[in-house]
Amino acid sequence: MSSSHAGRGLAVERYLRERLGSGRKALVTYMTGGLGTDWVRYVEAMADAGADVVEIGVPFSDPVMDGPTIQEASGAALAAGANPSNILDGIAGAPIGVPLVAMTYYNLVARAGHLRFARQLASAGARGAIVADIPLEESGDWEAQAAGSGVETILLAAPVSSDERLAEICGRSHGFVYGVNVMGVTGERAALSQSAGALAKRLKAITDLPVIMGFGVSTPDQAAEVASYSDGAVVASALMRMVLDGAGPAEVADAVSKFRRALDRG
Amino acid sequence: MKADIAMVDPGPTGRFGEYGGRYVPESLVPACAEVEAAFRGAWSDPVFRARLDSLLADYAGRPTPVTRAERLSNELGLDVLLKREDLTHTGSHKINNVLGQGLLTLAMGKTRMVAETGAGQHGVATATAAALFGLECVVYMGEVDTARQALNVFRMKLLGAEVVPVTSGSKTLKDAVNEAMRDWVATVADTHYCLGSVMGPHPYPWMVREFQSVVGNEAREQCRAILGGADPDVVVACVGGGSNAAGTFAGFVGTEARLVGVEAAGGSAIGRGIPGVLHGMRSYLLQDEWGQILEAESISAGLDYPGIGPEHSWLADNGRAQYRSASDDEVLDALQLLARTEGIIPALEPAHALAWLVRAARSGEVAAGSTVMMTLSGRGDKDAETVMGLLS
Repeated sequence: MSSSHAGRGLAVERYLRERLGSGRKALVTYMTGGLGTDWVRYVEAMADAGADVVEIGVPFSDPVMDGPTIQEASGAALAAGANPSNILDGIAGAPIGVPLVAMTYYNLVARAGHLRFARQLASAGARGAIVADIPLEESGDWEAQAAGSGVETILLAAPVSSDERLAEICGRSHGFVYGVNVMGVTGERAALSQSAGALAKRLKAITDLPVIMGFGVSTPDQAAEVASYSDGAVVASALMRMVLDGAGPAEVADAVSKFRRALDRG
Repeated sequence: MKADIAMVDPGPTGRFGEYGGRYVPESLVPACAEVEAAFRGAWSDPVFRARLDSLLADYAGRPTPVTRAERLSNELGLDVLLKREDLTHTGSHKINNVLGQGLLTLAMGKTRMVAETGAGQHGVATATAAALFGLECVVYMGEVDTARQALNVFRMKLLGAEVVPVTSGSKTLKDAVNEAMRDWVATVADTHYCLGSVMGPHPYPWMVREFQSVVGNEAREQCRAILGGADPDVVVACVGGGSNAAGTFAGFVGTEARLVGVEAAGGSAIGRGIPGVLHGMRSYLLQDEWGQILEAESISAGLDYPGIGPEHSWLADNGRAQYRSASDDEVLDALQLLARTEGIIPALEPAHALAWLVRAARSGEVAAGSTVMMTLSGRGDKDAETVMGLLS
């Protein structure tokens, strides 16, 4: 029980702080675990094309925070037999040079048990986790078990979170703090919400953690815009739409490199 | 019996023992807190209570009667009393909750309600309340259910609601809840989520039970009048999410009555489930070894739900209530029995409660001569076509 579970793979926060220290903006991308037989190759391609962190979606049957694109990807992966175990096996031996973060829903964590789930992530090399559907009040034990296993819990901050809650979120989040750009679910959108800039500024004013903004970042220009008032952007549905429509790893890598260049241009 | 078990305010964390809670994304925390604060204020406000009581009486037709079912009683060797929620406006107990939540929506200054529905009874009730209060209304309904409950879809539209068929997942009630939550997270500024059962994040399980407690409180006094001051030996109600059962049990939890909730065999969360977290609450759930939610299967769209309200999970664990199940075939037999002996066609949902009672009377699980209060939660008009198909 008390043996060290420092985990394989790269820790998120340390890696990001080093990169951001040189003025770089962070690009976080997302791939649904278990979607297609070659899904790990997409993760590798995203990392090679300039993603600083890749989120691995561990799909849940009832993803209430996700819009149609991630729902479709999750459903397809589950129909193909994806589960937390075979997804983590998939990344465990893969040559991926950036930190990996599991993105999932709480019932999968609860079913496995907090400590067991955390150790499984750590031993597969996923050193961060986002549990999309639980708030501060219900996540304390998970955060402690994850931390003890070498897994950083990244908490989400919402446009409607009070100042008091934002302070607590920033105090308890590890890796980075994930600013939710918009009141709504994940998914591509024509324009960024006005709430994105306001939330990013509130977060930057109270924390020195990396602040990375996600939900609805659909184009390189939008990524550059959110990164202009934060430390970076999460791009998920826009890439998953391509994957679902048949794009191969090289095409997706090309799209990722466009996001990378937009962020580097500022 | 277990007089120390009470159905009370679960407090700020919304816990019933280890069940309940508020497992929602950060984006929905302020909205849940707003609903809780509004409900706490309203429920202790005599003006709100008087307004709701007046609507329940003059609009919904309360109190509903308790009918002594003499021919059914003779058939079963019991003394069966039926709490007639089928006689309310809109034809089921769902109206009790939506009038409360509709008033609460006005009190919060919101202009729109969203709701999920399975059988369509809660959707029709919500559309009704929205029309009455001048609110915009969107109802999410699984595509499987829009097909098998086409009449209710039409009724909702007549009432001015928009009905959105849900094509994700199993296309039934749980997916309609997912879609309603996705709507709510994007519209919380002007929208109230009018959840239809004693489920979801705190305060919903508690709030909906309180709005439904009128069923049990009326029934307890009516039974005492009929039974010469005595309480029934057994109180039984069907359970999907469990709102009519929670409202019924709330009235009898302080008596000596045995409380029985009856689930659909294909959706038996307490019978076959494992505690987990879905739709904002910790409760018994049908789920696989990884925590993926399994699809419930029942002829009754209203019971086609893989979970159950958290207070029921707690009542099951502490033993104050018992949970049983009834199969589709038993339910069809029970529905016909009530129709032929009492001239009452029940909805498929309460036919589950009767199906268990028939089995329990025959097996001796309920002793001959027992007095039984059963909540007849809704009328069977909506199911006539389904039943016709199944019996032909």
